[in-house]
Amino acid sequence: MIRTEEMLLNVGPQHPSTHGVFRLVIKIDGEIIKEATPVIGYLHRGTEKLAEDLQYTQIIPYTDRMDYLAAMTNNYVLCHAVETMAGIIAPDRAEYLRVIAMELGRIASHLVWWGTYLLDIGATSPFLYAFREREMIINMLNELSGARLTFNYMRVGGVKWDAPEGWIQKVHDFVPYMREQLEGYHQLVTGNEIFMSRVKGIGSYTKEDAINYSLSGANLRCTGVKWDLRKNEPYSIYDRFDFDIPVRQDGDAWARYHCRLEEIEESLKILEQAVEQFPQDGPILAKVPKIIKPPKGESFVRIESPRGEIGCYIASNGKKEPYRLKFRRPSFYNLQILPKLLKGENMANLITILGAIDIVLGEVDG
Amino acid sequence: MIQELLQSSPGLLNLGIFSLLAVLLLFVVLGFVTYGILSERKVMGFMQMRIGPNQVGGRWALLQTVADVLKLLIKEDTIPKVADRPLYIIAPVIAFAPAFMVLAALPFTDKFQFADMGIGLLYYIAVSGITTVGIVTAGWASNNKYALLGGMRAAAQMISYEIPLVMSVVGIVLLTGSLNLNEIVEAQKNIWYIVLQPVAFIVFLIASVAELNRVPFDLPEAESELVAGYHVEYSGFRWAMFMLSEYVYMFAMASLTTILFLGGWHPLPFLGFIPAAVWFALKFSLVIYLLIWIRVTFPRLRADQLMEFGWKVLLPVALANIFVTALLKELFSMF
Repeated sequence: MIRTEEMLLNVGPQHPSTHGVFRLVIKIDGEIIKEATPVIGYLHRGTEKLAEDLQYTQIIPYTDRMDYLAAMTNNYVLCHAVETMAGIIAPDRAEYLRVIAMELGRIASHLVWWGTYLLDIGATSPFLYAFREREMIINMLNELSGARLTFNYMRVGGVKWDAPEGWIQKVHDFVPYMREQLEGYHQLVTGNEIFMSRVKGIGSYTKEDAINYSLSGANLRCTGVKWDLRKNEPYSIYDRFDFDIPVRQDGDAWARYHCRLEEIEESLKILEQAVEQFPQDGPILAKVPKIIKPPKGESFVRIESPRGEIGCYIASNGKKEPYRLKFRRPSFYNLQILPKLLKGENMANLITILGAIDIVLGEVDG
Repeated sequence: MIQELLQSSPGLLNLGIFSLLAVLLLFVVLGFVTYGILSERKVMGFMQMRIGPNQVGGRWALLQTVADVLKLLIKEDTIPKVADRPLYIIAPVIAFAPAFMVLAALPFTDKFQFADMGIGLLYYIAVSGITTVGIVTAGWASNNKYALLGGMRAAAQMISYEIPLVMSVVGIVLLTGSLNLNEIVEAQKNIWYIVLQPVAFIVFLIASVAELNRVPFDLPEAESELVAGYHVEYSGFRWAMFMLSEYVYMFAMASLTTILFLGGWHPLPFLGFIPAAVWFALKFSLVIYLLIWIRVTFPRLRADQLMEFGWKVLLPVALANIFVTALLKELFSMF
């Protein structure tokens, strides 16, 4: 009789496929995972605690560093929360700039996901194609805000910089280009037999599981729940655009893949309309006092980030700093289901499942 | 010439000539590895819209690989404390030596071949199998969990794919009636075996990519899962030996594909004035390009899918190919 032994394996924090400093302690029997324990916190910077000593405008750069792949949405959620509390309404032009920036960020974020996911699965080229397009977006956002990743672009009551000359036209030209490239992505990857066999039916869960685990974003929509805050609880000016929410029924990695790629298409639709409706001129910042002191009380807002619902809770005691600030960071919540999904899978599927959740460690650790 | 030398009585002169030729071949192979790696990086760069290496040695980075090898030579050679020391040291050699041994049997042109053996094809397949032992040894001796997983995968994969590889060439052996690689090339004077044995060619190509541990079958190294697989603990020149053997195998396998299916050194019709060596190099480069192309395009298979594909698809197809080939050969010889 051959005696087999379970092996304790540390995946991460320096493993190439954990997308940062995530660590998984797994017990494996051969290549089958018996138990998986995620260990997080390697990138914890205490954003929420730091925020308690900062004025509201000063917190904005910290939000950039949470989900660093789509920093614009993080900027927005904080500004939106403060605006809601203080009753500030941002001017139209600012809202359009915000939406364009956020949607560009969403596309960039999904492109990174697409590229790195394929890289995890072993295909090297898609990564470079995705980054070529992402580079264009990053350059556009760079022109807008002066930074490539940590934008620090939005302010309470508007945005910091107006769009430079010809920028809107650039966004306008980007939309058809991106559509064409998406077609190419589908031809290169989506129909590939090997890819399909790697992701179909892998890491699937039911609608009930998804809701119980508080998943959001594509992780929720892949199970057939049509829930997108841009549609269900429209914030900003999203009610002015005509777009769809991509939904799949299977709840596996393949469904999540499709949800994300289709979301890029929907974002392109929004961009197209936003560019068309873009106000010719107008202020980009509302009349806001130098030092913002929201009234005593609390507020919670939530918006749709590329990874799911990002929420911001502010408890204010009327001072210029928040009494308590809390972010609902979607990656952190989405990661919860991982141990359940990994049980009984093999090493190769570990990467496929972890990748399909689409976590950003800056956001998980906060 | 070599044949005469082999048959003449042994002497110092013969030994000298043989050693000289061996050194020549070594330089050809090392030259290939040097520029094979460079061309792979350049072609991959081209396909992935990058520039690729362009600094060391002019615009085409002609000295890039040389610089890389030099760097590897002067790197510290680390051996983990818990490793099985003797095995750890010998594993790269076991993996590396057969890669060069197989080259002896390959007829590059009608004149340039070292050992014109009656069992050339069998020799190639048998000797190349030894490399697996080196890889498993490396995985075991490193005493690293990732390396062990990589080594086990390598063993499973290489054994499973050796069988369809062998089976796919049986059709050619049936048609030629010989295992001698020279005679196999001679038999393709009028028509290449890729035309007569298309199914075998596809099976052979897939199995050979798996044998070479290249994408989409690079599971033993699976960078994103096992970090680097069996050679994760190796550094410096020991690591380079694994890489070198991999590229020498690429050279050998591309040569073998050329010999078995693409008519070896035989020219295309009406182009006989181009020397045989050039023809061989052309066809060989084509195969190499194909291998790089495959690497750039595909994602990786999963271990269990790989096994399934090898045993349930490739092997039956190869067996069917043997059966049909034998049947047709018998039918044609009746009339």
